[in-house]
Amino acid sequence: MDPEPFEVGHAVREAINILSSSRNGVQISEALGTIKCYLGGTENQAPLKEREEFTRVHFSAFLRGLVSNLSPDWIELLTSDQQKELWDSFFLEGPADQAFLVLLDSIISMGPSFRLMKVISILEQFLQTGRMSALMWEVCHQQAQAGLPTFQETLLNKVVCLPDHLCNKLQGNNLPIFFPQNYFPLLATEIIQVLQRISDSLRGGLDCSISFMSQVLGKVCVHGRQEEILNVLVPRLMDLTKVDCIWQRMCWRLVECVPDRWMEAVVCGFVQKAPGADVLSRLLGNLVVKNKKAQFVVTQKLLLLQYSYVTAVLQNLLGYLALDSLRRSLLIKVLKELLETWGSSSAVKHCPVEQQLYVSKAILICLSHLKEPEIESNRQELLTSMMGGMKCRLDSNLPRVRRLGMIVAESISSRITTDGPSLKFQYEDDDETRELKSLQQTAPLQLHVTDLPNAGRNNSPSATPKAVSKPSGNPHPATPAVPEEGSDLELDSDDDLVPYDMSEDKELKKMKAPVYIRDCIEVLTGSEDMDKWEATMKVLESLIRRNSATTREVSMELAKVLLHLEEKTYIEGFVELRKRALVAVTIIDPVPVVQYLTSQFYSLNYSLYQRMDILDVLALAAQELSQPQASGKNKPCSTQSPCIQTVSGSDSSQNWRRIVDERIKSKTHRLAKGQSLVEPACGPNKFSSLAGHFFFPLIQNFDRPLVTFDLLGDDHLVLGRLAHTLAILMYFAIHTVAAATMGKSLLEFVWTLRFHTDSYVRQGLLSAVSSVLLSIPSERLLEDMTDEFLETQSWLEDVAEKDPDGDCRRLAWQNLLLMENLLKKTQKCPYLVVGGNWKQR
Amino acid sequence: MALPPPDPQFVLRGTSAEVHTLHFYCGGQEPDYPILFSGSSNGLIHVWNLKTRRVDTILDGHGGKSVYWVEAIYGRDRLLSQGRNQKICLWDLAEGRNTVTDSVFTENVGFCKCSLLKVAQGHWLMAMPGKDLDEVQVLELPSKTSVCTLKPEADAKPGMPMSLKLWQPDFGSCPFLLAGYEDGSVILWNLSGGKILSRLACHQEPVMSLDFDSEKTKGVSGSSEEVLTVWSLDEQQNLKVQKTHKLVNAGIADVAIRQDKKILATAGWDHRIRIFGWKKLKPLAILDYHTATVHCVSFSDHSRPSERLLAAGSKDHRISIWSIYNQTSGALHCPLETRKPD
Repeated sequence: MDPEPFEVGHAVREAINILSSSRNGVQISEALGTIKCYLGGTENQAPLKEREEFTRVHFSAFLRGLVSNLSPDWIELLTSDQQKELWDSFFLEGPADQAFLVLLDSIISMGPSFRLMKVISILEQFLQTGRMSALMWEVCHQQAQAGLPTFQETLLNKVVCLPDHLCNKLQGNNLPIFFPQNYFPLLATEIIQVLQRISDSLRGGLDCSISFMSQVLGKVCVHGRQEEILNVLVPRLMDLTKVDCIWQRMCWRLVECVPDRWMEAVVCGFVQKAPGADVLSRLLGNLVVKNKKAQFVVTQKLLLLQYSYVTAVLQNLLGYLALDSLRRSLLIKVLKELLETWGSSSAVKHCPVEQQLYVSKAILICLSHLKEPEIESNRQELLTSMMGGMKCRLDSNLPRVRRLGMIVAESISSRITTDGPSLKFQYEDDDETRELKSLQQTAPLQLHVTDLPNAGRNNSPSATPKAVSKPSGNPHPATPAVPEEGSDLELDSDDDLVPYDMSEDKELKKMKAPVYIRDCIEVLTGSEDMDKWEATMKVLESLIRRNSATTREVSMELAKVLLHLEEKTYIEGFVELRKRALVAVTIIDPVPVVQYLTSQFYSLNYSLYQRMDILDVLALAAQELSQPQASGKNKPCSTQSPCIQTVSGSDSSQNWRRIVDERIKSKTHRLAKGQSLVEPACGPNKFSSLAGHFFFPLIQNFDRPLVTFDLLGDDHLVLGRLAHTLAILMYFAIHTVAAATMGKSLLEFVWTLRFHTDSYVRQGLLSAVSSVLLSIPSERLLEDMTDEFLETQSWLEDVAEKDPDGDCRRLAWQNLLLMENLLKKTQKCPYLVVGGNWKQR
Repeated sequence: MALPPPDPQFVLRGTSAEVHTLHFYCGGQEPDYPILFSGSSNGLIHVWNLKTRRVDTILDGHGGKSVYWVEAIYGRDRLLSQGRNQKICLWDLAEGRNTVTDSVFTENVGFCKCSLLKVAQGHWLMAMPGKDLDEVQVLELPSKTSVCTLKPEADAKPGMPMSLKLWQPDFGSCPFLLAGYEDGSVILWNLSGGKILSRLACHQEPVMSLDFDSEKTKGVSGSSEEVLTVWSLDEQQNLKVQKTHKLVNAGIADVAIRQDKKILATAGWDHRIRIFGWKKLKPLAILDYHTATVHCVSFSDHSRPSERLLAAGSKDHRISIWSIYNQTSGALHCPLETRKPD
């Protein structure tokens, strides 16, 4: 039997006894001194074996004893020097892992007391003196000799959750060092120190395990503290791995050893924090090839399932894949998967536009990284997916989706066609398209910075590849070119006089415009004189408005001519001129013209354009008719009036929505205040008697397909416009007799189409619901249409939660809000509901 | 993006006839206010007070026939006016009088405006179209004696004079006359010898108006075609075309170089006033206000550059007043704050 273990245990027990019972300072300090010998580091240390025995078996117990004996009068028995020397040092110099666990355990188990304060201040010192790195180093060290897994698990938990524990315990009195934003950066620097020691020991030929560090990193990341820890860690690692291959390997190992369940958080963090693809490649190595989980995260999750990352992250990610030959096969695989998503028509319908934008960006970046032979071998596949995707994208009603499709298709086709013309679309450039185009021109990064061990310090890694790629033709350098050198003569010029805008300087038209409406019809139908024709178009609207009596005589003829009018020669704003003339005719002689227009909307042989024009004209005419007119003649009927913008351009839907939003806003305001604003002008609402003529013929036939026109089929763009127009007509029908009936049929219309796949149509339907809510008196709505109201409400709730389109969701929320306001209002005026009772009183 | 062209600073209405000629007189000291004379097609001369922007006086001395040239002489108290009733009248406007004190009968029935040049204190030369169709007569004022008659040689056939400009290189030296003719040529006459010094065929159509910068010895002419021509006079007294500018619409009724020789204004048949930089003929602005042909443009002779105005009279009976490029710093300036919308 070896007597020594017993000896050490005996000494410890004795010391604990003394500590708990004695009230004599000298005795206590002596006891502590005895035990201190076992820690080593002093002049009279105990033999090595005893020291090991002590640290392995008795240290934790002894520390617990120390803590449990702590009380104000007890500690006063020691001088402050002795406190530091004998008490604190056990925690700060003894084995860090045990000390840390004892400290945290006691903090967790103790209530607020003097003891707690003391222990916390010790913990603070523990962190400040860098004991954390000692702790982790010890674990790494032990791990090499197979440590205890449960102990490590506990330690890991405590290390990562320290801020939470302390925050829970201390609440408002927490110390700054325990705040997550301070603690995790500290932890990161400690990690770097441990890694430094590991690298030293590796160089010394000693084995060392890094897996505890990986676990710490993984757990911190999965706890959502990637930001704090990686902000410190990544730049340091970036510097350290630049020239040193041992560091590089350690870094790869560090990431590889992260347990699978935490891998995603770590990889996402690195991808976001790395300043460039080359850095990422240096930090992660071939992680995606080795680790299935990481591969899934990089190739699927970050690209296809999530879409919240900024473009730089995408560039990092795909650049990382492109930088190594092993990973390039993944790049091609990723591109194919992206193209599959891009080309699927259900994705077009059901993905938010933001995600489609994200996928498009990823495709463009992928393409920019592909090399000629790679494209060559995949040409046919690329072509097929491009054609499919382009088709379903160009079918979309949302201009943004169409444009995205065009850009991606253009880019693919320019890459796969080596000879001959590539695809070219016409669209207006905006910030988004410019950004996308700049992505496809990014020069592929072919440079391993790691291959250049002598990369100078001043030459930061993120700048290196850019500096190299620049001479190869950066397409948009922001540097202003050297100002053109003017000739010497220019010095004596009129430069100090800045010219005004002279774009208005055009040729003067001498052609006399016709003065009679009948002449106009003649010119428009027969004349070959383009000048005359143009002049006629320009005066037609004002002529019609001036001569209402004459117009009435020829209104039908004029409407027919205008509806079928084609642009014989280019006139600026022809569409607008024609539309305004038609609106004018409609206003002068509403009943027959509206009958004609609505019947033509559903008849054969019109282009979609003409049909949409009919809708626009009806909406504009309804607007003008419904507005109170002080004196009809003076009213500016054309350009500046707040018309509903109906140009079928890219932003028309935006305008519609904006207008509806504004109205909803103003209306909501009014309902809440319960006061109407002062009307600037009053007059009879001319639209009230006509609303039915506008509305019912339009809503009647939407489900009867013709040979050339199928609203419920391919022509969903027109259907969307129809829904918007009906919403507008409904809105202008406020305070009219027909409003309730109109509203009922409109709600039925909405109900039939509520699951339409096109988001533009759904937006129209939601606007229609808004109009119904705004235009129909609330008592009619709640009493006569209770069922429809409730049905619509449940549908709206559904849309507000689940619709993939952001605008649809927003509109649905607005509608729900309106409904709530309506209900509130009725509750405020109870006589509306219990009208009978009120009358009896 | 360039600024949109400015609006007129204000508009004078009430001539109730086409405005054919304009002349500023702004040289007076306080309390004299700047005035603008306008001659219109109904034979009336309006004297506008530019401070109140109203008509001070209306002079009626041309028997209802169009007035197409007015110019102040002897400060603001005397006025010369030329009318289609073949008379050039001298008005006495001092102390509220408005009587014709003297008149010259011209035998010419054309549209050519006279040109006046002060040669000495109290002495003027006036060039006016003469009795024969292609003749120009130069009178000495106030004595009304004929100095010379300038008649091109029989085979030259330049047609009627359309536009005249008397000038002298420096005060006291021998004056010259530049005359634009019906055939599109500009002729430089030496008054002392009555000889043609140079002839330049610079337009295909009649020269409607010309102006000359005696400092840089170069001038500009506009005709009924769509070209504005700048020509220069070299030391050998030869006229040479220096630059032409093609206009969008044909027809220049009047050209005027501002007194500081910085900008040039043209009155267009296309209803527009155009402003050019004078040094390089750089187009600067298109002032689009009038609804009919602009007949005349004129720059004011305000002593302070910042107050300088541009006036344009048009067939639409209106006189538009513009304040443009009159900041000495060279910065663009359009004093919209003083703008009076019509």
